[in-house]
Amino acid sequence: MMIPSPWRADFPAIAALQRQDQTYLDNAATTQKPQALLDALTHYYANGAANVHRAQHLPGAHATQAFEASRSKVAQWLNAGDSGQIIFTHGATSALNLLAYGLEHLFNPGDEIVISALEHHANLLPWQQLAQRRELKLVILPLDANGLIDLDAAAQLMGPQTRLLAVSQLSNVLGVWQPLPALLAMAKAYDALTVVDGAQGVVHGRHDVQALGCDFYVFSSHKLYGPDGLGVLFGRNEALKQLRHWQFGGEMVLDADYHHARFRPAPLGFEAGTPPIAAVIGLGATLDYLTGLDQDAVNAHEAALHDYLLKGLEARNGIRLLGKPQLALASFVVEGVHNSDLAHLLTEQGIAVRAGHHCAMPLLKSFELAGAIRVSLALYNDSEDLERFFEALDQALELLR
Amino acid sequence: MSLPADAVTALETFQNAAGWEQRARLLMQWGDRLPALSDVDKVDANRVHGCESQVWLVAALQDGHWQFAASSDARLIRGLVALLLARVNGLSAAELRQVDLPGWFDQLGLSRQLSPSRSNGLNAVLQRMNELAG
Repeated sequence: MMIPSPWRADFPAIAALQRQDQTYLDNAATTQKPQALLDALTHYYANGAANVHRAQHLPGAHATQAFEASRSKVAQWLNAGDSGQIIFTHGATSALNLLAYGLEHLFNPGDEIVISALEHHANLLPWQQLAQRRELKLVILPLDANGLIDLDAAAQLMGPQTRLLAVSQLSNVLGVWQPLPALLAMAKAYDALTVVDGAQGVVHGRHDVQALGCDFYVFSSHKLYGPDGLGVLFGRNEALKQLRHWQFGGEMVLDADYHHARFRPAPLGFEAGTPPIAAVIGLGATLDYLTGLDQDAVNAHEAALHDYLLKGLEARNGIRLLGKPQLALASFVVEGVHNSDLAHLLTEQGIAVRAGHHCAMPLLKSFELAGAIRVSLALYNDSEDLERFFEALDQALELLR
Repeated sequence: MSLPADAVTALETFQNAAGWEQRARLLMQWGDRLPALSDVDKVDANRVHGCESQVWLVAALQDGHWQFAASSDARLIRGLVALLLARVNGLSAAELRQVDLPGWFDQLGLSRQLSPSRSNGLNAVLQRMNELAG
């Protein structure tokens, strides 16, 4: 059965990669960009770049208008409404670091921060280092056999000492929706702050931060078909009141003299220095493009491709999946074959997949693996991409066995 | 400076290889022929960090000539390391300092294995060799 992607031609890089005999299946790392984004970047740079929120001149007004329009588009994408603010950062990692530093004053020695065993380093290391600075306990929620955060264990491990919960919506290694409603409810019962790492989740389907009810939601633009160098932090109004300013300089200041300064509230108070203006405008264009797609059709396409991927992997001998992936990606190892050897031979055949620890070393170690191969999908992939991957996989395994 | 005999063989073999499949087969053959490293040498102090696989590299200077030994749990990197050792083993310290190792892999048609984004570890092995050879 063929699964063509009706959106493939909207992403010019896919054809360019194909001309270089490259099949791109590393979308959980970063994605290719729609023509609409390229046009928006060209338009901005070709028609007059200017800094935002500073100058009264016309180019500055245009840039600021486009910049703030993107902020509204992001708010709409997440259905933030009036519940909170959208803060632009330099990436999801930056956003999580902003939280770990800006909330630091709330923690006292002995308090607990709860994360899960599947966290990407970006949602592990900022909390780990905060725990070390403030003598906190970092509690790691274990996973069940399917790669889901174990809710029974979570109920045991969370309590009045829990001050903050930070978990991924969708793991970049396991490809499973995590049981966020139940976890967030547990955290709220103890008045703990809640942080959702949506870096992978935001790319698949639409998410509503009001329905989710988290205090903070983080994602990176470049995984959502947007420009790189840009992250998004949604913060609920009440939670943002507790966030202290972290990086200083630029237009985040309200009033300054040599020895004192007062700072703006969110969002501008957390956007020190010149923000990535073109990237913000570009993300707005990407969101316009994505909003114009039939979301149900995109979901159905991604589900069909994922099913195709899993069936193809299952049909081959000796392949062991990590967890039970539901969507977006599959990570696997092959019995008796080193993943470095397999990665080498897939690369030789123009298959762009990821091999290694996927920035989740502790998770891979829990599987007693040094690495795994990950195939990750985007809306522009089609069944022919997967066929090329399977052909290359068979060739590689024939050589290696 | 003349090439060591193993290096001459490697050059002839790889320069005649047609396509990625044959190169991969040859790499695995060269890797399989690499003398096994004893468990005593497979210790953390000899580990080359920055590789996806485990790679060990041991160096000894005998009568003024370098003798390296190495191994890996992955087959293709073991082959790449075998080709590296074929080029450098037996060289004097002065000779080793003059060898253009990236150029060597280029001659073999394997320069892509040294691109900065490759995490196979060949770059890390070269760096470690430089450190050991001081």
